[in-house]
Amino acid sequence: MTILILAEHDGQQLSPAVQQAVTAAQLWNAPTHVLVAGQGTESIAKQAASLAGVEKVIHANAAHLAHALAEDIAKVILTISAEYQVILAAHSSFSRNVLPRVAALLDVAMISDVLEITADNTYVRSIYAGNILTTVQSSDAVQVLTIHSSNFSATDLGGTSEIVNIETPAAFGKSRWLSEVRSQSDRPALSSAKVVISGGRSLGSAEKFEQVLSPLATKLGAALGATRAAVDAGFAPNDIQVGQTGIVVAPELYIAVGVSGAVQHTYGMKDSRIVVAINQDPDAPIFQVADYGLVADLFIAIPALTAAIQ
Amino acid sequence: MKILVAVKRVVDYNIKVRIKADGSDVDIAGVKMGINPFDENAIEEALRLKEKGSASEVVVVSIGSAANQDVLRHALAMGADRAILLETDANVQPLGVAKLLKAMIEREQPQLIMLGKQAIDDDAGQAGQMLAALLDYPQGTFASTVQIEDDEIVVTREVDGGTETLALTLPAVITADLRLNEPRFVKLPNLMMARKKPIETINASEFGIDLKPRLNLLKVSEPPARKAGIKVGSVEELINKLRAHEGMQL
Repeated sequence: MTILILAEHDGQQLSPAVQQAVTAAQLWNAPTHVLVAGQGTESIAKQAASLAGVEKVIHANAAHLAHALAEDIAKVILTISAEYQVILAAHSSFSRNVLPRVAALLDVAMISDVLEITADNTYVRSIYAGNILTTVQSSDAVQVLTIHSSNFSATDLGGTSEIVNIETPAAFGKSRWLSEVRSQSDRPALSSAKVVISGGRSLGSAEKFEQVLSPLATKLGAALGATRAAVDAGFAPNDIQVGQTGIVVAPELYIAVGVSGAVQHTYGMKDSRIVVAINQDPDAPIFQVADYGLVADLFIAIPALTAAIQ
Repeated sequence: MKILVAVKRVVDYNIKVRIKADGSDVDIAGVKMGINPFDENAIEEALRLKEKGSASEVVVVSIGSAANQDVLRHALAMGADRAILLETDANVQPLGVAKLLKAMIEREQPQLIMLGKQAIDDDAGQAGQMLAALLDYPQGTFASTVQIEDDEIVVTREVDGGTETLALTLPAVITADLRLNEPRFVKLPNLMMARKKPIETINASEFGIDLKPRLNLLKVSEPPARKAGIKVGSVEELINKLRAHEGMQL
């Protein structure tokens, strides 16, 4: 049997989560190939070829793959899928868009956001916004899944696998990319930052969110996150939402500021090494998952913390 | 233009679901149920497209037992024109849902199909993409805005790191994110009127589709809890602890 990993990239860099996907693939103890699809992605294919544990990189390079439309990426996978018994990717908005399409075309189920892989195509994943874990076994001939990357370690560099360029099928043609807005930020990427500071609805406004949290984030070299309540209230952009329906983070230090601690949110940060919670409400559920809790007015505590840090 | 909206009946989002004593499944007997929140966004957007003159009819479809009539009535009370129940007592997984919906779409011939981006019970987030694949239609997932422009739908998608805007040739499948809109409140008179509207019921087995689950549920369990740590009394104490006990350079 052989395993295919669908690699995510931004046109410049391979996503670091591919390294975690490679580790997950190794549980099958079978040759692992990585698919890099895009336009002008030779250097990304080389990055993938340097991952330890990868036997072959399949490179699909075509103009119509530049924006990674789900329809076109799925078509590429379908041209090579006969060779594979497992097709997996790190869970992200990219893989969530593409892989269900692939699974349906292969007439197999998909297992989303897998936390743990055990023998015989058995998987642990969460349901009900992280409140419950289920263990499911797939009876399909091909396993299509996304993995919860923070549950898997990253494979090392140092591999030297071959890169095979493949013919790309014609464009799907019924989906056109028009534009994109990438959040501009000098801060590190949320999903890979060593320190994350998240704000909740207690911040009160978009201005206060920025005013209170930015100086601390700058001092700590931290990424900013937000709860769904803060995003829905318009205090923070949607792409920094931490939680079940947003981004899952696992930094060294997670500072939750004015965050109540809904399960929806804690699902996205509970793998952080150290969690600090600052909240005025001593009964806030966030204190149940925090290593260090401080019951205080965030508008006083955060400036004080910022000032005290060198 | 006709819009078909698929809705799922799920445990109300305010309920903390419990596990059966033998760990075989979740225990949802007698628990308050409701329409999947993302699906409510899909209905709302379909209604707004109709109110703007972009669509002429909104048809809602749900899959499940006769109890699903309540979510269909909710959709009718919001303003949907027709409701169809594909009745089955089976636990239909996303691929089966996509196959049943495909059969309905072949009958109804809508130009636009809308669903929520995921259901808040199984959190799979697959049905819309699977349906688009089976129909060979383009897909606009995690939509935060949509607009019909001639024979296309322009959709802005919420993706990691920002947003992306696509133009899809109709017919197309759209999955709704929460920020697509704020669903309207259902007024009591509308709910009363919706009770009188007929719901077409079709036995799901009539389509001859294999709905056997592909994923077998072995067990359910509680996730390991992260342990609560300590409370500190001040910002100074917090910094001292992080420096001394956690080796943080602050």
